[in-house]
Amino acid sequence: MVMDKKLNRRTIAAAAAAAPFAPALLKSAAAQDAVTLRYGLWDANQLPAYQACADAFTEANPNITIEIEQLAWDDYWTNIQTGMLSGSNYDVFTNHLAKYPEFVSLGQIVDIQPFVDEDGVDTTQYEGELADLWSRDGARYGLPKDWDTVAVIYNEDMLTTAGLEPGVFAEWTWNPDDGGSFRETVAQLTLDENGNNGLSPDFDRDNVAQYGLAMGLGDAYGQTAWSLFACSTGWRFMDEPWGEEYHFDDERVIQSIQSLADLGLVDGFNAPEEEVASLNVETVFSAGTAALIFHGSWMINWMADNITFPFGFGNLPTGPEGRICMFNGLADSIWTGSEHQAESWEWVKFLGSPEAQQIVGGTAVVFPAIPAAAETALAAFQEKGLDVTPYLEQAQQENGTFLFPIADNASEYTATMTAAMQAVALGEAPAAEALPEANEDINDLF
Amino acid sequence: MDMSVTSSASQPKRRFLHEWRRGETLAAWLFMLPALIGFVVFFGFPAARGFYIGLTEWNLLTEPEYIGLENYRELIQDDEFWHSMWVTLYYVLLNIPLQTVLALVIAVVFDRFVRGSGWRSLLLLPWLMPNVVVALLFLWILDPGLGIVNEFFEAVGLPSQSFLGSVDQAMPSIAGINIWRHVGYTALLLIAGMQRIPRDLYDAGALDGASEVKMFRDITLPLLRPIMVFVLITSIVGSFQIFDTIAVTTSGGPVDATRVIYWYIYQEAFERFNFGYASAASIILFAILVVVSLVQLRLLRANESDLS
Repeated sequence: MVMDKKLNRRTIAAAAAAAPFAPALLKSAAAQDAVTLRYGLWDANQLPAYQACADAFTEANPNITIEIEQLAWDDYWTNIQTGMLSGSNYDVFTNHLAKYPEFVSLGQIVDIQPFVDEDGVDTTQYEGELADLWSRDGARYGLPKDWDTVAVIYNEDMLTTAGLEPGVFAEWTWNPDDGGSFRETVAQLTLDENGNNGLSPDFDRDNVAQYGLAMGLGDAYGQTAWSLFACSTGWRFMDEPWGEEYHFDDERVIQSIQSLADLGLVDGFNAPEEEVASLNVETVFSAGTAALIFHGSWMINWMADNITFPFGFGNLPTGPEGRICMFNGLADSIWTGSEHQAESWEWVKFLGSPEAQQIVGGTAVVFPAIPAAAETALAAFQEKGLDVTPYLEQAQQENGTFLFPIADNASEYTATMTAAMQAVALGEAPAAEALPEANEDINDLF
Repeated sequence: MDMSVTSSASQPKRRFLHEWRRGETLAAWLFMLPALIGFVVFFGFPAARGFYIGLTEWNLLTEPEYIGLENYRELIQDDEFWHSMWVTLYYVLLNIPLQTVLALVIAVVFDRFVRGSGWRSLLLLPWLMPNVVVALLFLWILDPGLGIVNEFFEAVGLPSQSFLGSVDQAMPSIAGINIWRHVGYTALLLIAGMQRIPRDLYDAGALDGASEVKMFRDITLPLLRPIMVFVLITSIVGSFQIFDTIAVTTSGGPVDATRVIYWYIYQEAFERFNFGYASAASIILFAILVVVSLVQLRLLRANESDLS
């Protein structure tokens, strides 16, 4: 049985290698046979949008049916891995920057550059450098479908009670030395059992009734948390995409992380790491125990559906070197084991087209990668009564984003850095110790 | 569950031929065949293959590359591996002594004082729940923000605890969860062992004026030994294999405090695609468990019964 599978995979791989040289041939075959493509995605919120895309696609290509399968994040990746091993993966699947380098090194996703050249797809139509994130050494592994940025989300009632206005987020600042007006705002929004806020000398940090902030630090990329702050000092994970040296021994990141950890450990303004780790910040926020959280644009709909009190979105605090967040984007990749590579490419090409991205934008779930479709999304959000301009502003602001630190050995990096960040957040080790040590471990991987 | 070996074959060869002629040996093999096939197909072959894979570097998608004992050399120097071993041992030490003592107490109470098997079946209830369900339940029960345990703590004026979220409390919490699930089942096995102890020994003890405590020490415990060995070996081996509770509640965190050996092996194999390395780690774990079991058998003289 094992032998069979190997043989099978090898033939498929051979077919995959041959495919780019004969796209026209394959396409003519595609026009005749009825084909069902399995398409995988992890975000349940986006399912209706992509079902709409699939319907439009099948209408234009009656011989290709799209079968969408959705699994939650953790199961999704396990399923893809076992699918690759057993020869039963999705033909096309939503891919993530933290995951795709490993699939490339294992030879599991198709280089679509020949298809792109053949069909003349314009890769500059996507926002910023999104398309570059998916190419390496002249090969390309996906067409951008959306992007995400981060903003602050506030509980309106708590803000009003504290005597603050949403305008505060337009100009709040942060620095690793004293936390700037960010720390003051968070303090002002923290209340102890006696109703004293964090700025009061009588504030009892051991009996907090309402936290000013719920932010988890125990995460390897800190996309919606520590990276917003650490990178606003000018620090970067590494010097370039596909770099081989991380900079967690840099004073700026060490100070930033320690300052954020102390916001919880020393001040008592941030919800305890244990709590946000078990519940997610959005749950803590929706339970009404924290006034502010930072979260990504992919959460907008979840917020709209699950938050029962008035809330709003605001800009990120400005750090010593400006206001910045991670610019992350998803793309669709084709599995090398797919028996329908040509049809898969047609589907990927469609999802990367203005037509599909306008459909997705119109459903107001995420910001599509094509700017005009992102504007459509903004308008659709507005129609739902959600003012989400901070997300778009962050994406369009000059130097407002840094790219996801794409690199090899991502799973080892994740395991090591998660443990190091947890240790600092829980007060088990100071950042000055844990981070340089972890840095050495991860740089040894290359 | 008779573990005593009493028969001594004096004329083995003639007897074997005699039985073979009578077809009994053949019948015996036929009866064992289904189990044997299962053993070879689902255990023997995979185990042998696992041993081979441990000598290779393999990511499942490309051909395995034979590298000899390189994986073992690396493992011996791998701090993460040893950390996982210690964490696992820590868990076993938290789990087994308390679980066994509690099970003994429950078993004695049920054996000496409770009549009727209806009550006994209550003991099995936690064990009937799937591990994952138990772990999920306790994840919520012990939650620092919403859990009922902390609600109770706060109601009586105690500080709320992080339990699974804290580096120090995570492992004891997991041990507690599994003790809750397994203690009834363990007790039931011990009760079965106690039922084999002749009642007249207790009557005689009572006549001589021995207390319950003394009878437990001088009658129950020594005569329970073969069952005790079985219970200890299976529960210690099972305890070393802790995985699902951790997968559901902590994923090896926080700060690797609950990254037990099986979780480490899982991560190496299925998250990092180092199947050769993960197999080598499994083989080391296998060797350790064999040694632990042999030592236990030896120390507890499992093949002798004071009853026979």
